[in-house]
Amino acid sequence: MSATMSETGQKANVGQMTAKSDAALNEPRIAIRGLDFYYGSNKALKSISLNLPDKQVTGMIGPSGCGKSTLLRVLNRMYDLYPGQRATGEVMMDGDNIIASGVDVNQLRARVGMVFQKPTPFPMSIYDNIAFGVKLHERLSKSAMDERIEWSLSRAALWDEVKDRLSASATGLSGGQQQRLCIARTIATRPHVILLDEPTSALDPISTLKIEELIDELKHDFTIAIVTHNMQQAARCADQVAFFFLGELVEVAEAAQIFTAPKQKRTQEYITGRFG
Amino acid sequence: MAAAGFYRPDGTEPNAVSQSATTGTASAQLGRSRGSLGDKLFAGAATTSGVLVLVLLGAIIVSLFIGAWPAFRAFGLAFVTTADWDPVQNVFGAAVSVYGTIITSVTALLLAVPLAFGIAFYLTEIAPPLVRRPIGTAIELLAAVPSIIYGMWGFFVIVPFMADYVQPHVIDAFDGVPVLQDVFAGPPFGTGLFTAALILAVMVIPFIAATMRDVFMTVPAVYKESAYGVGCTTWEVMRSVVFPYTRASVVGGVMLGLGRALGETMAVTFVIGNSNRISGNLFGSGNTIASLVALEFGESEAGSLKLSSLLALGFILFVISFIVLAISRLLLRQVKA
Repeated sequence: MSATMSETGQKANVGQMTAKSDAALNEPRIAIRGLDFYYGSNKALKSISLNLPDKQVTGMIGPSGCGKSTLLRVLNRMYDLYPGQRATGEVMMDGDNIIASGVDVNQLRARVGMVFQKPTPFPMSIYDNIAFGVKLHERLSKSAMDERIEWSLSRAALWDEVKDRLSASATGLSGGQQQRLCIARTIATRPHVILLDEPTSALDPISTLKIEELIDELKHDFTIAIVTHNMQQAARCADQVAFFFLGELVEVAEAAQIFTAPKQKRTQEYITGRFG
Repeated sequence: MAAAGFYRPDGTEPNAVSQSATTGTASAQLGRSRGSLGDKLFAGAATTSGVLVLVLLGAIIVSLFIGAWPAFRAFGLAFVTTADWDPVQNVFGAAVSVYGTIITSVTALLLAVPLAFGIAFYLTEIAPPLVRRPIGTAIELLAAVPSIIYGMWGFFVIVPFMADYVQPHVIDAFDGVPVLQDVFAGPPFGTGLFTAALILAVMVIPFIAATMRDVFMTVPAVYKESAYGVGCTTWEVMRSVVFPYTRASVVGGVMLGLGRALGETMAVTFVIGNSNRISGNLFGSGNTIASLVALEFGESEAGSLKLSSLLALGFILFVISFIVLAISRLLLRQVKA
């Protein structure tokens, strides 16, 4: 039911584009069709169909427990780690159904990077934190590795702050720096898709602003999905916004439309703060 | 102020209640005053128990040292380096048993640590939830087996097995290999340092494995997930995230096992062969501080130099174990903080 809803929603939205439409949605990088997800016998996602447009930001909003984080964890198959969690349906990326059995999960996670709510620097130096992920998938010379690390730290807007102490422990960085380090670590493996699970909810406003600017910058190269509880953040960062409620995808459309003229009553109630 | 308006079911004087200000009824107040005396008694008793531990520990050290003093005075520091144990000549030294203690304990750890790591790794990362509890419980139960049982099992099962199937083949296999041919040599009687180490390994595995499992489980899931998130395999997550995160505690757990191995008496006495010589190989017999004391204590006259030497051995063991356990506590505490 929500599958058809989201598709019609998108079609309607393409037809309705008005002055705001400086950025139409790109071709999908990831196409989700009829995705169901179960925690044991509890169905947490119900027949989700959603496109993540290439090199654009998809914001996922909705009240706690609505399934938006669960959807992120499907996209890099993090749920594999936990017995009893399973997904059915289709998540197509580069021609493969990534939730099918037989997919190389470690390879997949190199292509679909993830940044968590809390910064999670590994207990090692700043340099090694980034080199760590790269080394898993590529064999680089020392100079190529140095270059890659400078590149990813620069892209994460952290290079200037840490270039003189790359061998210092990453745990000594501030929370905002740690989160940018985690983003640098994620992009260092040069993924196609970056998943951000409430990346700023543990950060102060200044750090949040930096991360948001960073997301804007990164979408030139990466397809991004961000889960957020902050409506303004979704409005600022996202090209497309998907509203989830009780495991269903209620509505998906361009950000401007969702926040100005939502089609569904529940969406409107949520974004105006009437529940959630 | 509030007391005046209180409803008192037992009809006691309001004054009595207002004294206690916060409690509602006179009977409760009575209970309170009795309770405060009880509090004092209980606090006193608890304090005494706490202090008693310190006093006991101190008393053991002091009395051990006093008992050992004649031996230390007679032999000096050379007591530790002398290999003789000759009751006829009245010459005693700790070198053989200290050597045996250290060799068996360290060998036991070399055998136990990889296995315990494997158990902990399996239990925390690989095992399906259904078998985690049974195996975890079995590990803990291993720690509950009395050491005398391990001793008898070692003597009647492991010793013949080692003599018939393991030692002859190992000796043959390493024949001609430099260093190893000397390490894995000796009479294939089944008893000896290596067998003792093997039994000790089985005995300390539960301690090390249980500690490792517990500290591995303290690693927040989000750290593991972020390592999986950059494409790590389970082993890479273990090696690069879980292990560095818990290193100090893991070493603490190993030291805990070492402390236990150092002092183990009965099981070792059964299988070590009990001879007072330093054999450079692992299959040769020997003794440990604990096994030597256990065997010789009954044959020592009160006040003799021999008894004093045994007490001196005990003192040395006490100091070694104390240091090892102190280090392990320190390392285990670091991560909890």
